[in-house]
Amino acid sequence: MEISNYIYLSALLFTIGAIGVVVRRNAIVVFMCVELMLNATNLAFVTFSRVHGNLDGQVASFFTMVVAACEVVVGLAIIVTIYRSRRSASVDDASLLKR
Amino acid sequence: MTTSTNLVYLIALPLFSAGLLLLLGRIADKWGHILATLVSASVFAIGLIEFFAMQGREGEARAATQKIFEWISVGSFQADASLLLDQLSICFVLLISGVGTLIHIYSIAYMSHDHDRRRFFAYLNLFIAAMLLLVLGDSYLNLYVGWEGVGLASYLLIGFWNQKPAYATAAKKAFVANRVGDVGLSLAIMIAFTQFGTVTFAGVKESASGASAGALTAIGAMLLLAAAGKSAQFPLQSWLGDAMAGPTPVSALIHAATMVTAGVYLITRSNFIFDASPTAQLMVVCVGAITLLFGALIGTAKDDIKKALAASTMSQIGYMILATGLGPVGYAFAIMHLLTHGFFKAGMFLGAGSVMHGMNDEVNMRRYGAIGKVMPITAATFGLGYLAILGVPPFAGFYSKDKIIETAFNAGGIEGILLGGATLLGAAITAFYMTRVIVLTFTGTKRWDENAHPHESPFLMWAPMAVLAIGSVASGFLLSSGSALVNWLQPVVNEHHEHHAEEFLPPMVVSAMALTFVAIGVAFAVLKYRTVAVVAPESVSVFTKAARKDLYQDSFNEAVFMRPGQKLTSALLTTDNKVIDGLVGAVGWIIQTSASSLRVIQNGYVRSYALIMVLGVLALVTAVWMVTL
Repeated sequence: MEISNYIYLSALLFTIGAIGVVVRRNAIVVFMCVELMLNATNLAFVTFSRVHGNLDGQVASFFTMVVAACEVVVGLAIIVTIYRSRRSASVDDASLLKR
Repeated sequence: MTTSTNLVYLIALPLFSAGLLLLLGRIADKWGHILATLVSASVFAIGLIEFFAMQGREGEARAATQKIFEWISVGSFQADASLLLDQLSICFVLLISGVGTLIHIYSIAYMSHDHDRRRFFAYLNLFIAAMLLLVLGDSYLNLYVGWEGVGLASYLLIGFWNQKPAYATAAKKAFVANRVGDVGLSLAIMIAFTQFGTVTFAGVKESASGASAGALTAIGAMLLLAAAGKSAQFPLQSWLGDAMAGPTPVSALIHAATMVTAGVYLITRSNFIFDASPTAQLMVVCVGAITLLFGALIGTAKDDIKKALAASTMSQIGYMILATGLGPVGYAFAIMHLLTHGFFKAGMFLGAGSVMHGMNDEVNMRRYGAIGKVMPITAATFGLGYLAILGVPPFAGFYSKDKIIETAFNAGGIEGILLGGATLLGAAITAFYMTRVIVLTFTGTKRWDENAHPHESPFLMWAPMAVLAIGSVASGFLLSSGSALVNWLQPVVNEHHEHHAEEFLPPMVVSAMALTFVAIGVAFAVLKYRTVAVVAPESVSVFTKAARKDLYQDSFNEAVFMRPGQKLTSALLTTDNKVIDGLVGAVGWIIQTSASSLRVIQNGYVRSYALIMVLGVLALVTAVWMVTL
């Protein structure tokens, strides 16, 4: 199997995630799109690890997973708190910082 | 040179007393005037002691010096606070402290109803201290300190009743006009310093002979400007008339007898500069001649008795300045006229004060008349001063003023005839306006206000007037008998007798001419003022109108200096506001507008931030890709 196909898949997933972050309003969906982007990069890391024949990329993908796990904890906590206080999970409603 | 240890007390005593009276405040109200008068009298006593001590010394040893402390010492430049009492200074010391003491005594009675009498006496003592420093300083720098000090005292005393805005304005006007002159003095000092490296009289005198003519003329012109400011000479004469806002004893002491003659002192003291620069001398002579006629003309139209006397002072100082410009031979006569003028003009001012005291502070001579009968002593002392200023023999003015007229004629050539003519004409006008004052005030019919009840002034007031009247009678004869003053001042002014060789007119002829002119002036005044209207007539000649307006000196100053000056400041203000502040404001405005247009991006929507980030990364990647391609 051609190794470049993995990179195409990774780019495709990343693009889907990025578009999702930009166009979707629901915080949970945005969050999942972010996860999708992170996993797309993980795929790229592992692919490059394979290309170069060493473990650097795999180690980096582990770091990404750890950070993603932490991010899920903090992010979900924030989303839940916002939902509790505002009865809404829309990211467009949480736009108070502009003032 | 002799060293003395007493000189410092001449200045320290009145300065201490002034400080004490001002600091103690109302506690000193009861005895402040007595202390001030005693201090002034003791200064006079020290002056007399020094005078007699000086008489006992001969030649070079006559001048005494005292170094008080080292003032400025920078590199090779050394300026000490040192005093110099020589033949010239002692004349002034005795005049200032003598007349000053008499006027202190007079003021005790004159100011007795004033709430702030103590403050008045404190200022008087401050003036005495500053004026003595002026005449005792041994360098231009020390003189400058005294020069500013008398300016301050004059300002404080003119504005003594500053609750009246007009009086406060008069004080300010005097101060500003004096500042213009002070700039001249400071420039003269700076030029002297750059040219000679020293500012002491002795040092400058030594270096003056080798200096360039241009530098000497520049110093002379600047000194003349200073003298014009302080002595109310053309073109800085406008403040003196308004300075009469001060209490009358102040007018007598500061604006007649002493401070306004400081310019004459300055020129006489700087004789080595003027003698070496004929151009500067010519300027001095012109200023003197113009002012003596200018003042005399103003005097003819003034109905305010003090302003008439002030115009007369201006004119008489014009005589003195003119004499100082005539070279070595003139200095002694300038000083002689200064001393006799100190007596008779102070006496007449005190007389005017006495009349005002009796007439509820009325100064308009048209509301006087027939006061001679109710105030005989005032009338007599004023009359003696009048005869003295006219130059009637054997009164004081005859000896001093005739000498100036004579010296003016002896200047030779066209200049001599012009100057002599001016002084003679001045004498005639002087006779006219002084006779006018006498006729309007002391003779004729009563034109008093209903509330006026004139009465003779108390002893404390008429006694000083009597002493000054005696001075008006005798001082001229005493000072000129055997050329006493001329010989006395000879070491200071370098007068040599060969100057007397050429005489344009014999003294007898000059005196006869002067007396004829005076008689014409008197006759004119007596005929013109047989009847006097209570209200000044409106339909008068254009000359009278001009003289009433002080020959438009204020209008001139306002049109030429004040309004353009105000325009300049407002233009500068506009430049500052619009251009300088505009530049600073523009920088702020640019940042503000660009910031507020950029602020639109910060809209608070997470998704738009994310989009921008994505686009940014895309742009970055594209850029890197383009570069590496």
